[in-house]
Amino acid sequence: MIDPTLIDALRAAVTGSVNAETGPRPTDLTVGLSLKDDLPAAVAVLVGQYAMTLATLVATDETATPDGALQVRYVFEPSTPGAKDWFVTLLVTVNAAHPEVPSLTTAVPAANWHEREMRDLFGIVPVGHPDPRPLVVHDGWPQGLFPLRKSFDGSQRVAVEPAEEFPHRLAEGEGVFEIPVGPIHAGIIEPGHFRFTSVGETVLLLDARLFYTHRGLEKRMEGLSPLDAFYIAERICGVCSVAHGLGYCEALEQIAGVDVPRRARIIRSITLELERIYNHVGDVGNVCAGAAFHYGTATGMRLKEQLQQMNERLAGNRFLRGIIIPGGVRLEIPDHLLEYISTTLSEVLAEFDSLMERIEANPSVVDRFDDTGLLQNQAAVDLAVAGVAARASGVDRDARRDHPHAAFMDSDSPRLNVVTRTAGDAMARVTVRALEVRESVRLVGEFIRRLAPGPLRVSLAEPLPGGRIGISAIESPRGEAVHWLRTDAAGRVDRYHLRSPSYHNWPAVALAAETAIVPDFPLVNKSFELCYSCTDR
Amino acid sequence: MLRILINALRTGVVTTRYPAEPNSPPERFRGQPIFRPGTGLPPPEVCPTGAISEHPDAGGSHLAVDLARCVFCGRCAEDQWSGAVATGREFELAARSRADLRIEVVDDDAAVHAKPASDPEAEAARALSEIRRVLGRSLHLRHLDAGSCNACDWELTALLNPVYDIRRLGIDFVASPRHADGVVITGPVTRNLATAVRRTIEAVPEPRIVIAVGACATGGIFGEGYANLGGADQIHPVDVYIPGCPPRPEAIIFGILVALGRLESRKTSTSIV
Ligand code: SF4
Repeated sequence: MIDPTLIDALRAAVTGSVNAETGPRPTDLTVGLSLKDDLPAAVAVLVGQYAMTLATLVATDETATPDGALQVRYVFEPSTPGAKDWFVTLLVTVNAAHPEVPSLTTAVPAANWHEREMRDLFGIVPVGHPDPRPLVVHDGWPQGLFPLRKSFDGSQRVAVEPAEEFPHRLAEGEGVFEIPVGPIHAGIIEPGHFRFTSVGETVLLLDARLFYTHRGLEKRMEGLSPLDAFYIAERICGVCSVAHGLGYCEALEQIAGVDVPRRARIIRSITLELERIYNHVGDVGNVCAGAAFHYGTATGMRLKEQLQQMNERLAGNRFLRGIIIPGGVRLEIPDHLLEYISTTLSEVLAEFDSLMERIEANPSVVDRFDDTGLLQNQAAVDLAVAGVAARASGVDRDARRDHPHAAFMDSDSPRLNVVTRTAGDAMARVTVRALEVRESVRLVGEFIRRLAPGPLRVSLAEPLPGGRIGISAIESPRGEAVHWLRTDAAGRVDRYHLRSPSYHNWPAVALAAETAIVPDFPLVNKSFELCYSCTDR
Repeated sequence: MLRILINALRTGVVTTRYPAEPNSPPERFRGQPIFRPGTGLPPPEVCPTGAISEHPDAGGSHLAVDLARCVFCGRCAEDQWSGAVATGREFELAARSRADLRIEVVDDDAAVHAKPASDPEAEAARALSEIRRVLGRSLHLRHLDAGSCNACDWELTALLNPVYDIRRLGIDFVASPRHADGVVITGPVTRNLATAVRRTIEAVPEPRIVIAVGACATGGIFGEGYANLGGADQIHPVDVYIPGCPPRPEAIIFGILVALGRLESRKTSTSIV
């Protein structure tokens, strides 16, 4: 949607030309900047005057086209509650022979990892970026090899070479020591390396190194039929299977120009809330583990198990894989299963409420949760933190309301009560989760009431339209995930990019840990409960 | 405290009796796809992970299904193929050799397993008796996430919840590879983890058991590439493969007991627990 005042403001701020068009969705705006050096000025307009925040950053390789360039899209979205649902994309073209763009990181801290990833995978250098270290590629990755360039054959193996010690960010001084943790951890958890520097128990600095689970999934999907690539999108992350499957489907359905039937939209929303419920319930239990409150951990595990057994009865899979499919849903929810869902949810909710009472009535648990792992509101805003972590630091954003998807697109959709807290500590994150469980159970009831008989899917005929872009934002259990998909001329996947909520939240965990002591790190970490696999892809 | 005790008593015992008693998965559960030889079988392209392949034979050609690559999505049993392929509910699919997971769809018997090219059975039997001699019936495992999507990891965590409580079977997860009798690998072994994974396995004293859990680790969905080795056996010989995406907790328990020699691998599940 062309917004003349925004375009005038951009024109006034930059020196080159500004070329605006509607898209990817009819409500969105894409602005081509003729001079890439205009980028910081244009971003200042969006972030300053329009209170927008970075939603995602997508680089693409267009070297097969006549002008043979690389492109970078900086996608922004509103940051205020109740703002309109739109994305504003700034598009710059980069000469493949001198691939440089001005870095935004010092002005927009949320751009930090995005720019480092672009440098690793595309060889596009963010000039002026404060951190020269690689992010995604590890262990002696050859110089000048950029896996997301089209000329790179993704199926080739790249040998692991002995590497020099990674230059961790460290604090120095008398009595300061380093604690290396990971990538292989002592429990059943995903891999990442944490380098603490501390004085006694106090954490001075935490440098987290991730991308150990980088599987090259975005490259893997390129060239596939978008209908086949769906199965990879659904498997980027286990506990976000529904959210990521749905986000991919909505982007694809925009490209195909189809509307998913109403019944399918409602079933999708029910599934999305069930995913949130089992995650939040399990996560609250896991935070209890961080405070050595074993009754809480065991209860959380048991309730999560009950919910996952329900998932299996519903979807044939304990992670709800196999319900959502491009074009709609592949499974009906018959009445007897709807009843079973309602009973299970009310049973679990009663027990979960009683668990929350036990947590709140237990001074030694409350003492551990209060004031632990503080994330200031301003830091959450600057880093574009998403989901529970953002809402617990007073950021009133939820993609279900701000970028309506699935059944929230219906005019008669139930109203979402967005839960926020302002303390920004572990207790606030636990409380937000607990209240969201309640809200999700209520929403499932509302959705079930709105279910009317109808078709479950529309067919997506191949080949899909070529050269089109789809974008979607889904509120996963961890927060907003932004999916960006483009088809090539033959209607196959040309580029897919997922910006997961964890991608924006990891840097916030490091900040929050620096307000804590080393023994509290597991608690801080679990109170954020982020995924490595959706971050690393 | 009192409330906690009362709640605990009210909850009672929630632990499953599996494997002493059989477990039957819910109706919609998607286990091993069952191909009925004949016409109307889906072409290999239907499978998004390349688990179905076509092989020339005397009578023309036949299909083979590789459970190590299957993610149990059910696509091959949908729409026009629902007559030729059924979604089975069999979940006890763990096998000692990758070849045992390949099912040839041929006429005489509904579906027979491929004979492994070099018969490793004697070898396996020897390894097994060594394991039983050293480890007895108990097993301490170290989990290794080699780039999983975390679904398999969460199912391993579930084994410790009050419902599966795998410790009742003498099996536990330990923090250090030096304390372990074997490793459970999830994920395709990413390039970024290859060194750490190799070192961790080597830190486990011999004889050690290596169990690959889930489609990525058994060699499935993501294939080989710049970021992936394409399966646990690319880095170390695997003793037991547990298919699934992810395998349900009972399927993992089954596989671990197979690794210990307390259960026979797939199909002939005579319980000696
Ligand atoms: S169920 Fe398995 S064999 Fe069938 S299409 Fe899905 S992945 Fe392929």
